[in-house]
Amino acid sequence: MSQKPIELILMRQLASTLAMPIFLVDADGTLAFYNEPAERVLGMRFEETGEMPAGEWSTIWTPTRADGSPLAAERLPLMIAVAERKPAHGDFWIRGLDGTRRHIEATAFPLMRLTDHVLGAVVIFWETPS
Amino acid sequence: MRARLWGTRGSVAAPGADTARYGGNTSCVEVRGPQGTVLVLDAGTGIRPLGRALEGTLRRVDVVLTHLHLDHIQGLGFFAPLYDPDVETHLWGPASTTLGLRGRLQRYLSPPLFPVHLRDIRGLVLHDLPIGEFDIGEFRVTADRICHPGFTVGYRIAAGGATLAYLSDHEPALGVPRFPLRADWTSGYALARDADLLVHDAQYALPEYEEHVGWGHSALEHTLAFAELAAARHLVTFHHDPAHDDEAIDRMTAEARAAVPVRCTVTTGAEGAVFEVG
Repeated sequence: MSQKPIELILMRQLASTLAMPIFLVDADGTLAFYNEPAERVLGMRFEETGEMPAGEWSTIWTPTRADGSPLAAERLPLMIAVAERKPAHGDFWIRGLDGTRRHIEATAFPLMRLTDHVLGAVVIFWETPS
Repeated sequence: MRARLWGTRGSVAAPGADTARYGGNTSCVEVRGPQGTVLVLDAGTGIRPLGRALEGTLRRVDVVLTHLHLDHIQGLGFFAPLYDPDVETHLWGPASTTLGLRGRLQRYLSPPLFPVHLRDIRGLVLHDLPIGEFDIGEFRVTADRICHPGFTVGYRIAAGGATLAYLSDHEPALGVPRFPLRADWTSGYALARDADLLVHDAQYALPEYEEHVGWGHSALEHTLAFAELAAARHLVTFHHDPAHDDEAIDRMTAEARAAVPVRCTVTTGAEGAVFEVG
């Protein structure tokens, strides 16, 4: 079993202690972890979803724009942070796995080492009034 | 591969009659390969007697640092090979996000904290430590960042089919309510996995750890659980707290071992101890 980079491990440990929803992906965009506050917004416990490739998690919560049109995975702040190595912010709608549609605002940033290689990214998000 | 402990103490040297059995010098381990390559892990005060022992025996020595806290570099300026014109000393240590190893070390190895300037030590070759795998003589060295404040690494050293893992300052239980988590989410796991010899931080008893969460060190119970998770074959406890005398270390170790059964051999790290690895 391979080990996650220490930066991801520390980020997960920090996220586990915080009250705001946090979602963590690795360098490939694979879902690595989300914390308990995020579980409430996403409608499912992390233990139930487990790790998940980007192509899967970026559609499973069916992100859409305000008009209901699909939001491409690469336009999600988290994917921008991984791909473009820069912070990103945005708002969109998701449908939680409990069936509830929610308006989300999200701020993501990449996790980078000394060099410019990306180890993953973190998004902090919250439900906002529509 | 043979490993000899020259300094087992953490934080600050603790000489005295009550620490004589496990030793008072700070972190330093000599690793000698089957073909004679000498690799020194950390430059705590234990490196001073090691330097004396090496005098006149080699032309090159490599010192790898886990991090730059004082207890890991305090002996460096007193390492005799540095001042021997016939010896080349290669020093490997982690850079920060803004400073290379030279810039970081100069903060200590320069007046007024130390009388000799780093630049005046001829025969010293500095290397910003690469994260990942690299070779030093016959050793395959793997360095990776581990959970400890600042830029800190652990090492996995392989030669002749034997593996030694060295995680002198390590707090893998930080933020983990029921340690250990899954192996892939555990700091240091990849370095320590299946190691023939694991030298690992064991600074605290569990009640002490609870008062020092985030300081970067392990309770003995965590050290044992980590060794078990990594399936190490032989654990050497290391980086003893300077406040613990020999009797306290014996007592803590017995209590921890009763609480956390492990399959591997466990040895309390003692200055002067020698281990044949593999």
